[in-house]
Amino acid sequence: MSTYYDPKDLGKFGEIAEFQPALAEKFFSWYGDVFAEGALTQREKSLIALAVAHAVQCPYCIDAYSTDSLQKGATEEMMMEAVHVAAAIRGGASLVHGVMMMNKVKEVSM
Amino acid sequence: MSQATTSLHRRGADLANAAFQLNVLHHGDSVENLPSFAEKLRPSGLMPLRPLSPEILQVNVGKMCNQACKHCHVDAGPDRTEIMTRETMQQCLDVLARTDIGTVDLTGGAPEMNPDFRWFVDEIHALGRKVMVRCNLTIIVSNPKYRDLPKFYAERGVHVVSSLPFYDAKHTDRQRGGGVFDDSMEAMRLLNAEGYGVGGSGLVLDLVYNPLGALLPGPQASLEKEFKRVLSDKHGVAFNSLICITNMPISRFLEYLIDSGNYGRYMETLVNAFNPAAAQNVMCRNTISVGWDGQLYDCDFNQMLELPVASSSKHISTFDVEKLNSRAIVIDQHCYGCTAGAGSSCGGQLT
Repeated sequence: MSTYYDPKDLGKFGEIAEFQPALAEKFFSWYGDVFAEGALTQREKSLIALAVAHAVQCPYCIDAYSTDSLQKGATEEMMMEAVHVAAAIRGGASLVHGVMMMNKVKEVSM
Repeated sequence: MSQATTSLHRRGADLANAAFQLNVLHHGDSVENLPSFAEKLRPSGLMPLRPLSPEILQVNVGKMCNQACKHCHVDAGPDRTEIMTRETMQQCLDVLARTDIGTVDLTGGAPEMNPDFRWFVDEIHALGRKVMVRCNLTIIVSNPKYRDLPKFYAERGVHVVSSLPFYDAKHTDRQRGGGVFDDSMEAMRLLNAEGYGVGGSGLVLDLVYNPLGALLPGPQASLEKEFKRVLSDKHGVAFNSLICITNMPISRFLEYLIDSGNYGRYMETLVNAFNPAAAQNVMCRNTISVGWDGQLYDCDFNQMLELPVASSSKHISTFDVEKLNSRAIVIDQHCYGCTAGAGSSCGGQLT
């Protein structure tokens, strides 16, 4: 293993079945259903996936859902707004814990 | 309007040569390891690929165009002078008169730039056949002499099929040239005013979407919804259906793929997305493509790669349905473009 991340590995995702076929089959079948057109459109789902990919900072997911969002007809503006949503939630998640910090400070302060 | 590019032909580029393109398709960047299209088709029981009886005569009346789009598979542009003569058009009409081919699909270039275009449409119409025209929209507003085209089309019930790769100017102009989107909206308003794309008129205006890069087209129904919403809300224009077409790895789109470093990956994407159900319905099975010089091909893409029909009936002047029906369709690596994902044809998604 010369590197932790190789773009070619994305194409081998399906090979996780080699070590545990039954669970992989369930996962991929469920995964396919999740992204099918439903109450949310495929484009909306792809943009959510793109935002989550940035929140979890998964390079494979960013690769896959940048392409997929474009293929589903999303624009660059939509995609960057989705990344800002992820960033806002990440930033907000840190900041809202500031209240916890303040609570503790007030608890132990005179 | 500014051109997005110039033709490969004009630039004297290697890729202007069909044999050079085929060589890239066989031996270009990392594609040698990809399975041949024939190999991929065989398990579906479709090899050799056989035609059904022809239902559509797709006639390329010339390579001249007022636009020069970055992805053009015809390498069309204002500098191209190859044009179909009235004599060749007459040979097409003779074939229609003695066969039951129901539809004539006129393409180019901008087909309207052929000086005999309107005569040809009238003659096909007189034979009672359906006429489709691949109209790039901007031609209608490019010169006062074309401004009455919507009326001309409406009077003959011509089915208008027009390219619009996106519902905004930024993306459309990137592929088709500066000002193309605004001109296209103006042309659509003129078509709508004649009843095109408007419910109940019976006049059909379809739009063609093709991806703006090394991407597969998305799901047709969902894209159509979005196009209709934005074009109606922001521009007050209407159309009937959105047709999704995959970009073929030939000509100017091939040039883009190579120059952007996407070629190998794009071919791999097409191969991985091979769909046997789409292969079953490919358009070459019910279409005969006629070149500007009357040569016969299995499709417009084979025409641009100079791969003629594998039949002794090779020219419109010697058109023989029986001979053509017994031919095997000529396939090569570019055919992966029509069988990827939901499939692609001049009529859109195949599955």
